[in-house]
Amino acid sequence: MATPVLEINDLHIAVEDKEILRGLSLTVKGGEVHAIMGPNGTGKTSLAQTLMGHPRYLVTGGSIRLDGQDVVAMRPDERARAGLFLAMQYPSEISGVTTANFLRAAINARREDGRQISLKEFRDQLDQVMNFLEMDPKFANRYLNEGFSGGEKKRNEILQMLMLKPRIAILDEIDSGLDIDAIKIVAKGVNSLKGPEFGALIITHYQRILDYVRPDFVHIMVDGLIVKSGGPELAEELDRKGYDWVRSELAEARRQA
Amino acid sequence: MASKPIVSDEYQYGFNDGDVAVLKFARGLSRQTVEEISRIKKEPKWMLDFRLHALDVFFKKPMPTWGANLEALNFDDIVYYVKPSENQGRTWEDVPQAIKDTFERLGIPEAERKFLAGVSAQYESEVVYHSIREDLKEKGIIFTDTDSALREYPELFREYFGTVIPPEDNKFAALNSAVWSGGSFVYIPKGVRADIPLQAYFRINSENMGQFERTLIIAEEDSFGHYVEGCTAPIYSSESLHSAVVEIIVKDRARMRYTTVQNWAPNVYNLVTKRAVAYRDATMEWVDGNIGSKVTMKYPSVYMVGEGAKGMVLSIAVAGKGQHQDTGSKMIHAAPHTTSTIVSKSISQHGGKTTYRGLVHFAPNATESKANVKCDTLIMDDESTSDTIPYSEVSNANVQMEHEATVTKVSEEALFYLTSRGLSEEEATRMIVMGFIEPFTRELPMEFAVEMNRLIKFEMEGAIG
Repeated sequence: MATPVLEINDLHIAVEDKEILRGLSLTVKGGEVHAIMGPNGTGKTSLAQTLMGHPRYLVTGGSIRLDGQDVVAMRPDERARAGLFLAMQYPSEISGVTTANFLRAAINARREDGRQISLKEFRDQLDQVMNFLEMDPKFANRYLNEGFSGGEKKRNEILQMLMLKPRIAILDEIDSGLDIDAIKIVAKGVNSLKGPEFGALIITHYQRILDYVRPDFVHIMVDGLIVKSGGPELAEELDRKGYDWVRSELAEARRQA
Repeated sequence: MASKPIVSDEYQYGFNDGDVAVLKFARGLSRQTVEEISRIKKEPKWMLDFRLHALDVFFKKPMPTWGANLEALNFDDIVYYVKPSENQGRTWEDVPQAIKDTFERLGIPEAERKFLAGVSAQYESEVVYHSIREDLKEKGIIFTDTDSALREYPELFREYFGTVIPPEDNKFAALNSAVWSGGSFVYIPKGVRADIPLQAYFRINSENMGQFERTLIIAEEDSFGHYVEGCTAPIYSSESLHSAVVEIIVKDRARMRYTTVQNWAPNVYNLVTKRAVAYRDATMEWVDGNIGSKVTMKYPSVYMVGEGAKGMVLSIAVAGKGQHQDTGSKMIHAAPHTTSTIVSKSISQHGGKTTYRGLVHFAPNATESKANVKCDTLIMDDESTSDTIPYSEVSNANVQMEHEATVTKVSEEALFYLTSRGLSEEEATRMIVMGFIEPFTRELPMEFAVEMNRLIKFEMEGAIG
């Protein structure tokens, strides 16, 4: 399969008439890891949910394209089947549905009738990935996210990502609430997918996870816009100087303009 | 994201076989109807007397007005007895072809080939096919239709019949007592374990046909059994009535489970009285699934009369367009250290209505007894409704009672989460519904769990495709 390209161009979104993103542009290609950093309430999660098609967010302008295809017109399941994946900040709890059954259904949703994954093939893959992520095998038979700790939920998102093998993955605060060992495991999962057919967009508040998943590009987002982009050194600078540094730079730039 | 209906208005078993009856009564109910039923069945006089007494009770009792709306039910419009074939088939080959075709479509006796203990199939008023595995027979287990039991085991029958649910209990129990026909009779001797389920299937074919089966189950001391029943009826434009009575006696330390999944056509009034008596340290479990029908009123009950007795009801009800599922349970704690659990799950969609109606009663001697009631409702759309009406009567200060009720809608967040992994909205909704009823399907025998899931899947596809 060809190298994926996700192009976000001049994206405006609104929730109940309130504008959240005000013309955001960003391109993520296969082989690249992008990080979006920014203070709370700046529209990072809204961007992630919009990319995946959450019905709460209305695209009021601009475009989202995956390999040239209009993503905005697609339903969330179509986006998933086209290769997008969102590791959510707050995954839903689904009672009565085991993680294994859910994952098998999700894999089969990507396959044609008659080419469904066999139970054995599925179990083998699942065992392998869970082992890689140092997860208790019992996990597979627990109801999806029900009663999971914050860390278990995040690990479960990574498990799903590795099983579903997306082309572009968006990770929304996958590191929040995790201790350093858990962050290392999450990073190991992301790094294992790295390659020309996989691109990642990591949304985070802290620089910590970027020590383990090295980004090629770092973007700083404030008030619904990307205000600064650079290489991995930008994340380190931000970590040292804090968001106030970005804000004052921004204010300075506005004064001059 | 609008929620989609999970059960279509299409009824899967809505085929009928044409009229295959050899004997069909005129509509309406009178003393003559009852005498005629008893005469045809060549019953002893005590049973005729029982029926006639019950008929008097039926006429005297007013229609219940506390539950679902029964105004459209007209007793003069019902056929009270239909005999579908001359004789009860001893082997499958003896059963008339049209009836056989119906049961083939329902998966019987295919189900039997899957090593079930025994199968009893009732068509209209009479049991047309019956068999039981030889090894169970050798252990002394009786599994037969109720009419044969009256003929073949008259003393045993008379000792228990009508003792748990007398005709005076309610109007529909009285009606059943007057015109009952068919049903299952199960007797498990002392210390015997029937370790595979005993199965019965019921089906109504004729228009305006009442089905009044009567089931009697006796589990002697230290015995164990599991009785499983499924019901279907085809679609007709005018109303049909199903009014069964199920009596179960669970003696000291015995354990009995009664599982039913009912999928009636949407014009059936399903008004059923089910009750068990549990003696010392006995356990009675009802697993009760209600899909379809126009109105269902059904409250499986356990009277815990022996110290340490346990009662359990696990039920689901699915109400669609024009349907009202008024279901629940009664738990009567009439001895010390008794324990009851009610788990009621209901789904309403497409303008359907579900009501949980339950009673937990602690008698003065029910010291240190416990009851736990949990009602969960899933509402699929804005047209559909649900009510929870729990009653409790506590005459002993030293008891524990817990009640928990939840009402949920299929949430946008949950649908987004599942669809974001590639499942269609339809599949995602189905998955949430299946997950919701999983505590129920988990308790079903394998064949029934598969059937249950298939049914919901089929009906959802029908609704959306």
